[in-house]
Amino acid sequence: MKLFVSFFCGLLFGLGLTISQMVNPQKVINFLDISGNWDPSLMFVMGGGLLVFGLGFFFVIKKMTQPILSNQFFIPERKLIDKNLLIGAVLFGTGWGLTGICPGPAMANVLSFEPKIFAFIGMMLIGMFAARLTLKSTATTTTESDNLSTTMKTVETD
Amino acid sequence: MTEFTPLSALLGGVLLGFSSLLFLLLNGRIAGISSIVSGSFKSLSNAPQWRWSFLLGLILSPLALVLFDYQCSTSIEITWPMILIGGFLVGFGSYLGSGCTSGHGICGIGRLSPRSIISTCIFMLVAIAVVFISKHLL
Repeated sequence: MKLFVSFFCGLLFGLGLTISQMVNPQKVINFLDISGNWDPSLMFVMGGGLLVFGLGFFFVIKKMTQPILSNQFFIPERKLIDKNLLIGAVLFGTGWGLTGICPGPAMANVLSFEPKIFAFIGMMLIGMFAARLTLKSTATTTTESDNLSTTMKTVETD
Repeated sequence: MTEFTPLSALLGGVLLGFSSLLFLLLNGRIAGISSIVSGSFKSLSNAPQWRWSFLLGLILSPLALVLFDYQCSTSIEITWPMILIGGFLVGFGSYLGSGCTSGHGICGIGRLSPRSIISTCIFMLVAIAVVFISKHLL
């Protein structure tokens, strides 16, 4: 049942990306191009998404102790604004601006069989792997074991 | 040049929010695509099946629209070097920063998480700057 829910949510998510045209890199780039032919459409995507998720989170999920089909919520608890978060956002923003593609639309575009999408996904996986190695090597060079466990926790929970 | 399409954008956004909400409500999981992708390739002991199921749904989703005679026109004009560099940066950055447009941008901001609000502001501004430089200065 949980696996079916996962599949169904992935399907809905992909429908949302496709209907809103987030899957079209040109649309994303025109949204980011505020001084050119600005296309503000994607503001409505984020607005709609935040409205539904935010209201649901604060009025329903916050009052629950556990999810309906599982025995715990896997919600990132970290509050610390650290270097990794900031550097990660800068790098991610650069890649997103260069291509107009982020992870969700890349996956939802697989069936277009566009070679560039496959190349993007391949490089994205290599990038994730490289980041994981980087985090591991920095974590093992720090002497405090506390540091290590918090670093690993960020990676796993978010 | 793309047309301004507020209605389909809003409808798509509502679907994204609804999917993320349902996922958290039923399975207790955050619909953060970068983490779901990277987690799918991690140690098999860490319950990867739900990640694969989610990704399968995401990948197959355009088929559902084809049934309704929907035309998906995705032509990618981005040059090859940009695709390769950009893909790497998106992967590296989302892993290091623990999230992307979905995990931070919707689920994180929706929970009013300070980390996600800061992350989203930074990557939006950086992406806007990168587009400005590549389209208007180069």
